[in-house]
Amino acid sequence: MTALTGLSIAAVRDGLASRDFTAIELARAHLQAMEKTRHLNAFITETPEIALERAKQSDARRAKGRALGPMDGVPVAIKDLFCTADVLTTGGSHILDGFKPTYESTVTAKLKAAGAVMLGKTNLDEFAMGSSNITSYHGPVKNPWRGKRNDDLVPGGSSGGSAAAVAAGLSACAIGTDTGGSIRQPASFCGIVGMKPTYGRCSRWGIVAFASSLDQAGPFARSVEDTAILLAAMAGHDPRDSTSAPVDVPDFAAALGKGAKGLKVGIPKEYTMDGMPAEIDKLWKQGIAWMRAQGATCREVSLPHTRYALPTYYIVAPAEASSNLARYDGVRYGLRVAGKTLDEMYAATRGEGFGPEVRRRVLIGTYVLSAGYYDAYYLKAQKVRALIADDFRKVFGQVDVLLTPTAPSAAFAIGEKMDDPVAMYLNDVFTVPASLAGLPAISVPAGLDADGLPLGLHLIAKPFDEATLFRAAQALEEACGFATRPPGFGGNR
Amino acid sequence: MSYEIKGERGDWEVVVGLEVHAQIISNAKLFSGAAAQFGAAPNTQVSLVDAAMPGMLPVLNGHCVAQAVRTGLGLKAKINKRSVFERKNYFYPDLPPGYQISQYAQPIVGEGSILLDLPDGSTRAVGIERLHMEQDAGKSLHDQDPNRTFIDLNRAGVALMEIVSKPDIRSPEEAGLYLRKLRSILRYLGTCDGNMEEGSMRADVNVSVRPKGSNELRTRAEVKNVNSVRFVMQAIEAEAARQVAIYDAGGEVKQETRLYDSEKGETRPMRIKEFAHDYRYFPDPDLLPLVLTDEYIRKIEAALPELPDAKKQRFIAELGLSPYDAQVLAAERETADYFERVAQGGAGGKKGRRDAKQVANWVTGALFAHLNETGKTIAASPVAAEALGELLDLVADGTISGRIAKDVFAEMAATGKPAKAIIAAKGLTQISDAGVIEAAVNEVIAANPKQVADVRAGKEKTIGWLVGQVMKATQGKANPQMVNELLKRKLGG
Repeated sequence: MTALTGLSIAAVRDGLASRDFTAIELARAHLQAMEKTRHLNAFITETPEIALERAKQSDARRAKGRALGPMDGVPVAIKDLFCTADVLTTGGSHILDGFKPTYESTVTAKLKAAGAVMLGKTNLDEFAMGSSNITSYHGPVKNPWRGKRNDDLVPGGSSGGSAAAVAAGLSACAIGTDTGGSIRQPASFCGIVGMKPTYGRCSRWGIVAFASSLDQAGPFARSVEDTAILLAAMAGHDPRDSTSAPVDVPDFAAALGKGAKGLKVGIPKEYTMDGMPAEIDKLWKQGIAWMRAQGATCREVSLPHTRYALPTYYIVAPAEASSNLARYDGVRYGLRVAGKTLDEMYAATRGEGFGPEVRRRVLIGTYVLSAGYYDAYYLKAQKVRALIADDFRKVFGQVDVLLTPTAPSAAFAIGEKMDDPVAMYLNDVFTVPASLAGLPAISVPAGLDADGLPLGLHLIAKPFDEATLFRAAQALEEACGFATRPPGFGGNR
Repeated sequence: MSYEIKGERGDWEVVVGLEVHAQIISNAKLFSGAAAQFGAAPNTQVSLVDAAMPGMLPVLNGHCVAQAVRTGLGLKAKINKRSVFERKNYFYPDLPPGYQISQYAQPIVGEGSILLDLPDGSTRAVGIERLHMEQDAGKSLHDQDPNRTFIDLNRAGVALMEIVSKPDIRSPEEAGLYLRKLRSILRYLGTCDGNMEEGSMRADVNVSVRPKGSNELRTRAEVKNVNSVRFVMQAIEAEAARQVAIYDAGGEVKQETRLYDSEKGETRPMRIKEFAHDYRYFPDPDLLPLVLTDEYIRKIEAALPELPDAKKQRFIAELGLSPYDAQVLAAERETADYFERVAQGGAGGKKGRRDAKQVANWVTGALFAHLNETGKTIAASPVAAEALGELLDLVADGTISGRIAKDVFAEMAATGKPAKAIIAAKGLTQISDAGVIEAAVNEVIAANPKQVADVRAGKEKTIGWLVGQVMKATQGKANPQMVNELLKRKLGG
């Protein structure tokens, strides 16, 4: 990792502004790092031509005194779930073989318009379904962290490639999507900051859909401040997405630096779970102490329906997915496997095009929506979802943010939990409730476990109160002083 | 309008409910900006949303919502201020997303009613169960190639209203009247052009039979996608007869979907596969519930045109038309407008209006006869309303006789020339000069001594023959009333 690849967005902005380096130099440094680090398999598609072209344009703008803002010239990695015009977009699936959209997702178009330099499309769990990036048709991503046992670890998922790329210094920042924890959990596993905005904050237009009522784009970076800068460039109302909220985007970065004094932090007692590793519990308690030390007040609160969140999520998300993925039928684009009849063609295409986890979720989703099961599963899940959202609403009458662990463990080895879907689904136990309620939440790297692997703490805020979320996250970040990079990637161990 | 089917052991009656799919008049589709015009080259009106490209999202067309509300108000139905779009899931190549967006549990319009105008001048109400909005599918073309099916997505996503009647219809004739009345209302409202040949209106016909006098509802068969009023009537007849025959033979009618074969005049079951679906309806997570305000509904209501029932009543009450003429003239907006333009123009008659009954006779008589003969619509009538009015004024002021007016009308229809020009060119002006008429009368008296003697002997009928002779002698131009009076005076009648 050269000096240029370790910089924060803020440092890049300042460096470019003071002509310490150019956007082209910055892009080249990151492209070289990507080349050297291909063994991580963080990218499905590298886009050096686009990166260099955009960097060139950025430098040209700056030379004319027309730099666009804090993201101008900043390298960014894009989860390969965002449609990018004329660039292969796979969703991590075999079934989208060869698919190059003619259109650009709203979020990536906004980044482009802000001058950001796309480095490539990052690896992910197939259709964002997974918590370890092992379901990708394009192979697993390796976490740049290796731990004391030195085996290959998962980066978390589904946005594993984006998280790994940022952790390894291959990009200054990255974007991902979070449906049940797909940004926050990999951020925790990779020791970086990952944030899911309020549902409706960023447009879903042009993002390959997994579960429409939950999917939300969000930023990854190596600091809370960077995450706030990146989100500001992604967010905003989009008339092409009916679920995008017609609300103004505040200057998130401006809310930073205010400290935690006077902040009311809730500690949901239901997040203490049976069999929770002592290390996680210890870090959580440490987090409470850190927030107090920063001037916040912490109090226990109750979210009584928390334990129903995971089963509810695993009904709602597959139900929507089973319908959203019906369009991958081999008729218009992507993979088609021939069959003698139409139905055989469908079955062959979808059987071969989807991996086992996607097939499992399509089957679960189809089942819970079926006549005779709809009321018992889907309808009940919707009711529980409303109760969960209501729990949060009540609690946010008393506190500003909630503090919980991000994930029940640190990164595990590639190959672990692979034959036990339920164990895998448990990765999302702390992140899913906020997803169901559509709330903004962030994972902040807070410490290392006994194996030397990063662990994150998780903050949840009120709808559209990302400003307070960032403020609390920055206070936590300051208190825990986690400045560690993975060994071999600019790490300081 | 009693309709009975003779069975072996008694009479049966038919119970019919209609589900009409009416294409909403709109420039764009229900959830995309693509054009919705009929007859465009295949696949030229397809947006990324219609083709269900990855990441594309539906955005509701506000104009279509207003059209549905307008229609609901026209059907005197309850407008539901909250309605929900759901996904109806099934695989078919002309349904790109693998689901149709429709309304299911919560439609935009609830119960209403339609008045049938029965031939005897009375009316009968048929209940409307609901109206909901949905997308059309594309078209599969099986006849273009021996081995392949082609898909045309121009229709995919086009906005439809499904208007469901209650099972209140008791004969094929009533079904015909229902469809014609519905079509008339939709055309008045400008919400559907009602063109069944182009597929902008189609009907699914639910048919069951029961012993005459009973109130039970027996198993129904659904005859799908019937595309003309005549075929709907024929299909009911055929299907009712089939069901009676089954019951007579001791069998049971199956609940199933059937098709009407107009060439064979029979219904037959659709292939099982096409309807053995579990559609797994669930609320579309890409769309928010549709919420309408009272103000929005009131605004649309205030702008509604006068509808056929109200117009008919006004024609009877204010213009003194017979219920039959009133209904015929009010059935189509263009006809009613034409009639009113003639009736309300001109200087003669009460309150500056022409004699409405006379106008009605001319419109439903000479004009309709000409339009029927030439296959023209009233909008394309060669005799404009103003021109017909002028002709009637010339009769009223005595310029021409009513008999001559018929000839003048025929000439107007053939040449498009105004009445005055035709009358002038052909010298058809009525003779009201007493001296000229007296001379002609004297000649006729002199030439027909036998008939004159008969009249004098009390054979009053013969006076009419003598009038005819005078008219003949004047090429029909003599004022018949003056001729009549003069003859009577001279012959001492």
